[in-house]
Amino acid sequence: MTRLVAQTPCAGLLPVDIGTVRVTEAEPGPMHLVAPFRGQAKAVSAVLKDALGVGLPAPNRSQSADGVRALWVAPGQALLIGAEPPDLPGAAVSDLSDAYAVVEIAGADAAEVLARLVPVDLGVLKRGHTARTLIGHMTGSVTRLGAARFEMMVFRSMAGSLVHELTEAMEAMAARRALAARPD
Amino acid sequence: MRIAGRGLDPEGAALAFSFDGKRLSGREGDTLAAALLANDIRLVGRSFKYHRPRGILTAGSEEPNALVTVGEGAGAEPNIRATVQELHDGLVAVSQNRWPSLERDILSVNDLFAPFLSAGFYYKTFMWPRAFWEAIYEPIIRRAAGLGALSGQPDPGRSERAFAFCDLLVIGAGPAGLMAALTAGRAGARVILADEDARMGGRLLAEREEVDGAPGPVWAAGIVAELAVMENVRLMPRTTVTGAYDQGSYGALERVGHHVPRAEHLPRDCFWRIAAKRAVLCGGALERPLALPDNDRPGIMTAGAVRAYLNRWGVSPGRAVAVFGNNDDAHRTAADLCDAGVKVAALIDAREDAETDLDVPFHSGAVVTGTKGRLGLTEITVTKGGNSHTIQADCLAMSGGWNPSVHLTCHMNGRPVWDEDLLAFVPSPGAVPGLRVAGAANGTFSTAGCLAAGITAAKEALGELGQTAPDIAVPEAEDRPYHIRALWAVPGKARAWLDFQNDVTVKDVTLAAQENYRSVEHMKRYTTQGMATDQGKNSNVAALAVLADATGRTIPETGTTTFRPPYSPVAIGALGAGAEGPGFAPERRTTSDAASRDRGAPMIEAGLWFRPSYYPRPGETTWRHSCDREVRMVRAAVGVVDVSTLGKIDVQGPDAAAFLDFAYAGTMSTLKPGRVRYGLMLREDGHVMDDGTAARFADGHYVITTTTAAAGQVMTHLEFARQVLRPDLDVQIASATEQWAQFAIAGPLADEVLGAVLDGGFESTGWPFMSHGAVAVGGVAARLFRISFSGERGYELAVPSRYGASLYRLLVAQAESLGGGAYGMEALNVLRIEKGFITHAEIDGRVTAFDLGMGRMVSQKKESIGRAAAGRPGLLDPERPQLVGLRVKEPDQALFAGAHLFEKTAEAVRVNAQGHVSSNCWSPTLGTHLGIGFLTKGPERYGETVRMVDHLRGAEVLCEVCHPVFFDPEGGRMRD
Amino acid sequence: MRLTCPFSGDRDSREFSVRGGAVLERPEGEWSAEWDAYLHLRENPAGESREFWYHDPTGTWLIVTRNTVTHEVLSVEPAREPG
Repeated sequence: MTRLVAQTPCAGLLPVDIGTVRVTEAEPGPMHLVAPFRGQAKAVSAVLKDALGVGLPAPNRSQSADGVRALWVAPGQALLIGAEPPDLPGAAVSDLSDAYAVVEIAGADAAEVLARLVPVDLGVLKRGHTARTLIGHMTGSVTRLGAARFEMMVFRSMAGSLVHELTEAMEAMAARRALAARPD
Repeated sequence: MRIAGRGLDPEGAALAFSFDGKRLSGREGDTLAAALLANDIRLVGRSFKYHRPRGILTAGSEEPNALVTVGEGAGAEPNIRATVQELHDGLVAVSQNRWPSLERDILSVNDLFAPFLSAGFYYKTFMWPRAFWEAIYEPIIRRAAGLGALSGQPDPGRSERAFAFCDLLVIGAGPAGLMAALTAGRAGARVILADEDARMGGRLLAEREEVDGAPGPVWAAGIVAELAVMENVRLMPRTTVTGAYDQGSYGALERVGHHVPRAEHLPRDCFWRIAAKRAVLCGGALERPLALPDNDRPGIMTAGAVRAYLNRWGVSPGRAVAVFGNNDDAHRTAADLCDAGVKVAALIDAREDAETDLDVPFHSGAVVTGTKGRLGLTEITVTKGGNSHTIQADCLAMSGGWNPSVHLTCHMNGRPVWDEDLLAFVPSPGAVPGLRVAGAANGTFSTAGCLAAGITAAKEALGELGQTAPDIAVPEAEDRPYHIRALWAVPGKARAWLDFQNDVTVKDVTLAAQENYRSVEHMKRYTTQGMATDQGKNSNVAALAVLADATGRTIPETGTTTFRPPYSPVAIGALGAGAEGPGFAPERRTTSDAASRDRGAPMIEAGLWFRPSYYPRPGETTWRHSCDREVRMVRAAVGVVDVSTLGKIDVQGPDAAAFLDFAYAGTMSTLKPGRVRYGLMLREDGHVMDDGTAARFADGHYVITTTTAAAGQVMTHLEFARQVLRPDLDVQIASATEQWAQFAIAGPLADEVLGAVLDGGFESTGWPFMSHGAVAVGGVAARLFRISFSGERGYELAVPSRYGASLYRLLVAQAESLGGGAYGMEALNVLRIEKGFITHAEIDGRVTAFDLGMGRMVSQKKESIGRAAAGRPGLLDPERPQLVGLRVKEPDQALFAGAHLFEKTAEAVRVNAQGHVSSNCWSPTLGTHLGIGFLTKGPERYGETVRMVDHLRGAEVLCEVCHPVFFDPEGGRMRD
Repeated sequence: MRLTCPFSGDRDSREFSVRGGAVLERPEGEWSAEWDAYLHLRENPAGESREFWYHDPTGTWLIVTRNTVTHEVLSVEPAREPG
């Protein structure tokens, strides 16, 4: 029988370590876009909560429980990450498990690196908050996972551009730190 | 001349640098200008038009004269202000706009012709003959006039861009800015303090003043140290806020790497976009030169600059300094020079009633009426009441008063207002929403006043944000009043410069007024006053005053100056930072990208995607060889091509069918699950936007496809339809383009490839043309569509993208084992032209369904986007150019896309054009050149001969009009 | 320029694109003067203006009321309420 080999979006591109920052590819598992039909949001949220412990998040927020996350992506749309969805007759469900390059950026200067690419205020993006925005010229999302840890998602096909943009910003940031540390 | 023990850092390390090849030594903390003056170098450049010798005029970013080129080779940067460039070890600076050398500049001959080169000279002189302008005059003028030159090579340096956010942006870190930042910082607000200078403190660094009993620079350093440890405060030295924009947006240029030798990856500049809830402009004030005769000699500078060089850098710009002013501030310069032991040759105050306690030769009610010294000042003439005498001086410190830095307040159309006491423009309140002005920028010239204003401004701004600031006592400081009397231009025979950078004199402005350029805007454009890198910072107000005088009006009557962003020059490389090379646009790569490139395929751009052009094989020397082979391969055996780039949109919901009926010209609600239908989407104006297929998966679930190029546009369009036009429909749409790697398998042997790849083999029974269903490959759930864009028996097989690379290699290997293989965009294009299938070369935005011969696809049984507009009589006019095939009469003659079509004998001019060729190719299948295009009454003219004319390529070809489907018109090859 | 999206919050204008005057009443039936007006005729006010804007990262159509003279943004509303 034929055998297909899986490849991740950032295969051969990551990890990258520059300065204090490390970018790695995240392997989030199944991802499904869940968009409730009219008047179904509460019911869909309840079914999700019951089955997986996470309901539909408020705008710019995410919910997580036991490795399963629900990430807000647009009005009336959430991305369910880390588990197969239960049967949801009240919602449009699209499997997007392979649609995104998902990377994690961590380190002391992670926020500074992102400030080179993302036009949103990361200072008010608390842990678990998410922003659908631009990353360089790409549409994507940025979610804060920790004090100096973020998750970024862009279309899978743009993985190379994402890594390129991050690398450039990390190099510049590291060069600034080297300059500041100069003895003089 | 360096004065021992003076300056902020008298023990600073020595730094080696060079100017025009001369090896010199400066001191840590110097600007290039300070280091040049310390080395007694006064001549640093040549003026723009007359090539007059020029020296350093100021000590800040407003410097008009001292522009130099810094660095060598490809990365050399022209027009760097020596007053801004910090000295670093090994810095190489070269003067500009002179040849062969700064001292002997051939084009200084221009100065002899100055009487002929007055304002408007170019407009008046180079009128005729007309043809001479581009060929002769302009190149000569461009060579003669100008600033520094670029290297002409790609810039090895790079810049970056960044975003920042704050509650309060404080612009300028002088006494007002420091107190504003401190007030807001202690209140816990998010503060950004940006200052143009490398060192914060503003004017305090240049004066001998005490604040709270400490020397000004020491006090400033203490405040900066307190701010530096606050987590809510970001200090941004070397950062010029260059523009104020809507909703609290500010642009700021940070000079990141100019002050050190080049280091890998270190950005040269960073352009910041700052979003601030509130801002305080504490940008200080700029001193005005005085328009006195021959006031442009090296050694003549502003009085405040002389103090700055003396107090901050321990440098006296002269050994015998004359000071001339019309205000109290000039006296401070004399006092500081005396204190430093520098000879003050004279203190000249234009005001009759001026007094001084200083032990210096003092002339009240006197003016400087002339200067001497070819390459640098040697002598001045002082005139009082008709009596003149000369004074030996190698430096003249002049002060015409101070202009508040109102620039940013003008960026959103604000007009500053004239203050008769200060003889200067001050900002009009509220000129930029959310921006306050405090300190000297607001016309408050005492240090104590600035300190207090900074606190007040921050408190008010925070109050508006609902934050409370703690009470902060105003530090004790100098609180002297400021007195000034109007003096704009000193009369005299010799030229008196207003704008040093553009060589605009008092005479030029009066001439402009005489020639009726009485509006300040007209005067500016006629004389070029206020243009170039300093944007009139030194000259605007004085030029306005001269114009007012010449036209018999007051200054406020004459007008104000309009300052636009940027406040100071911003390199294009900084504005466009990050967009060089691959940063220009995202690159979208398919899962088969590596495999295609492994096979040597040149990649071409399709929107943001990269797709294989063709797959060269040994012995194939041109793209056509490969393309022809790939076309024959698909027609005779089987080919594989990645079609993942086509947009795929999941449409789900109880009203999915109704929604698609509304979005498509055709009907999708009657489509049965398991079937696929071709459709056109129209714009609301009735023209075709895109074409694609809709596959029904279930009653409430479709997957539709778009063309590669229009995927984003279609998604936006459908969201508009869903959210704005039909909010009544219960439907959700989602882009699934990237979820699926999809490959077309086309050719008579397509079934064999599928048979080898699909789990359980493949049997085409049950897979009629335009059907789809679920299959499995290696246990992976996959989708199979029987559709064709080649005219051959064809399928598209889709798997989740993670398996794309693997499946593609598998399919190509299978195809190759059957005498087929991979094919690229060139062959795909030929295959579709042979079949008359359209792409965006045809649906170019001006084309209707009627033009395409698909008018009947616009269903009249239901409402859809564009239906009504498509029915306009003009869009159904049989005279409209309509889709046809074109076949050349002589087989070796090629058609060209974009070429126009004419009747056989008609003259090839626009009015006779009857259509155009939209796509063309060599058809290896039919052994001829083919084209498809649009021709007036096309479908009625099959068999007729028309003439293609391509004026650009100089081609004329006769061709026969035919049905656009050249190959297998019955479609049996793909259908059966 | 910045817009405060009712969903995503305060955002830079680079995340948005503008489509033009927010005309909501789509005509019915065959081509008519109403269709012509709907498609082609727009006010060009110096002052308050209602426009369609698109927030690209979330695919959200918005109605922005703003002053074309002062650039003040008066309101940003969703074209369609979610749910």
